[in-house]
Amino acid sequence: MNEPPRLQIESGKIVLSGAWTLAAMLPELTALRTQLAECRAGATAWDLSRLSRIDSAAAVLLWRTWGGTWPAHLDVAPLHREVLSRVAELPDEIPAAAVQRFQLVEYFGRLTLRALANLQGMVALFGQLILDLSYLARHPSDLPRKELFANIYKAGAQALPVTALVGFLIGITISYLSALQLKGFGADIFIVNILGISIIRELGPVLVAVLVAGRSGSAMTAQIGVMRVTEEIDALSTIGVSRSIRVVLPKIVGLTIAMPLVVLWTSAVALLGGMVAAMLQLDLSLIYFIENLPRAVPVSNLYIGLGKGFVFGFVIALVACHFGLKVKPNTESLSANTTRAVVTAITSVILVDAIFAIFTRHIGVPGL
Amino acid sequence: MSGAPVIELDSVSTVFGKTCVHRDLNLRVEAGQIVGLLGGSGSGKTTLLREMLGLLRPTSGQVRLFGSDLNSGDVAEQRAIRRRLGMLFQHGALFSALSVFDNIAFPLRELRCLDEDWIRRLVHLKLAMVELEPAHGDLMPAELSGGMVKRVALARALSLEPELLLLDEPTAGLDPDRSQNFVDLVGSLQQALGLTVVMVTHDLSTLAGLATHVAVLADQHIIAFGPKHEVMTVDHPFVTGFFGADRRKLL
Repeated sequence: MNEPPRLQIESGKIVLSGAWTLAAMLPELTALRTQLAECRAGATAWDLSRLSRIDSAAAVLLWRTWGGTWPAHLDVAPLHREVLSRVAELPDEIPAAAVQRFQLVEYFGRLTLRALANLQGMVALFGQLILDLSYLARHPSDLPRKELFANIYKAGAQALPVTALVGFLIGITISYLSALQLKGFGADIFIVNILGISIIRELGPVLVAVLVAGRSGSAMTAQIGVMRVTEEIDALSTIGVSRSIRVVLPKIVGLTIAMPLVVLWTSAVALLGGMVAAMLQLDLSLIYFIENLPRAVPVSNLYIGLGKGFVFGFVIALVACHFGLKVKPNTESLSANTTRAVVTAITSVILVDAIFAIFTRHIGVPGL
Repeated sequence: MSGAPVIELDSVSTVFGKTCVHRDLNLRVEAGQIVGLLGGSGSGKTTLLREMLGLLRPTSGQVRLFGSDLNSGDVAEQRAIRRRLGMLFQHGALFSALSVFDNIAFPLRELRCLDEDWIRRLVHLKLAMVELEPAHGDLMPAELSGGMVKRVALARALSLEPELLLLDEPTAGLDPDRSQNFVDLVGSLQQALGLTVVMVTHDLSTLAGLATHVAVLADQHIIAFGPKHEVMTVDHPFVTGFFGADRRKLL
């Protein structure tokens, strides 16, 4: 169909013919560019009258070959001259987009300011939650039951299989590793203490928190984020439904209720895994293990574990909702905020866990 | 240019599950025509457009662009054909992670044989073509108004200098003034670049301002195709209903 772009030199004139378009030039672009570069040296006369088509890509190429000025002699059809003159009208030096230089102080300053802004946002969200709860206490019929139960089901019931699997495997791992050490000291029966305290008090809640932050936390951020992108959140407000009561509150309350239950479940399954491993490795019977568990592990450890689950669930949901509400209507912001939500949630959970460890250091530790 | 039509649909049928969208549909669009594709809601206009783009394969029949079959196997050939067409999606479909400049530069960069200076000049040309300032290049798609999104999307569709431009509802969601501006813009670009344009539209003034030919999609096939004034006289319930009292305004 289109004849390919050609360049010849006829009696001192450079003659271009064929279709000089991006699509037609592409297969032989390098050859054409070297030909043009060779011609540039002495040529002042150009004959473009035999062109069948020229597009702006080719016009830019020619204009650059000419060094940004019209050649002394130029034959060209008026229609094609128009294309060329559009290129000629462009300023020669088009400023490149300014590249931001990396500066350490500025970087850390921005980081700190962003962290503070996030903290402020979460405090504001917390305040809003308190206000909503007090409103719901006065108007119990406005409680978004359906959403609440849906969230408990999604974040709690549907998380049971995966937390059980991970908990069981972790229980086996710890039991095996401890058993190897304990055998050396002949202190086999202390496996009950080690497993009981570490899983019920520490590992169960943290393990579940990490899993739930990755599973439900990211889902919450993404859901609220997409609702913002598609303006569903705004639609809710126009119908006169409070977005914080209908969207945020069920998520936070739901996860806060569901987390301790999932923690209980996971700790139980992890202990089961540990018991099975102890039975195989140390010949410790299951009955013995269960009989000695209450003696080795004071019940306050269980309360601490459940308390942690409660607080962790709240923290994860609060962080997830905060970042979800921060999503701007574009895909980049959605992915960035989801990542931030998960990372921040896990980090804050570990932080809260450390605080828990400090303040409960005298509680529930069995005296030997 | 040879005589091969730009778009040729040859007895195309499309079936989704049990619904038959197109049955034995034929259409020939010649170079330089501006075809307005009309049809009621749900009559399969956008589906037809997606088939022309090769995004959707018809259940049976052939779609030929520039004389070659779009659904034939050769990847390199298909890519070469796709470079010759530009598409303006209904909601712009700008890449939200990229700035306006990068959105327009994206197809050019993907060719991997143009240098940055060349690309920069071309992007500024396109911006000027759709009457945007160079400063707009730094904006992100989320910061643009509806009309500007359409303009940027048009600039991106034009960045590879296509011979065929497909427009899906080009003026939907614009106020009459802006939509008139947009129609003028596309019209002048069509004349300057010698484009072939196929557009899906519901808007009579867009149709009146831009189209040279009209294709009417109803009852699962093209019931009428021809120059604007001829199609309006066709006696079919959809045509009379659509143009109705405004028939005179269009002529």
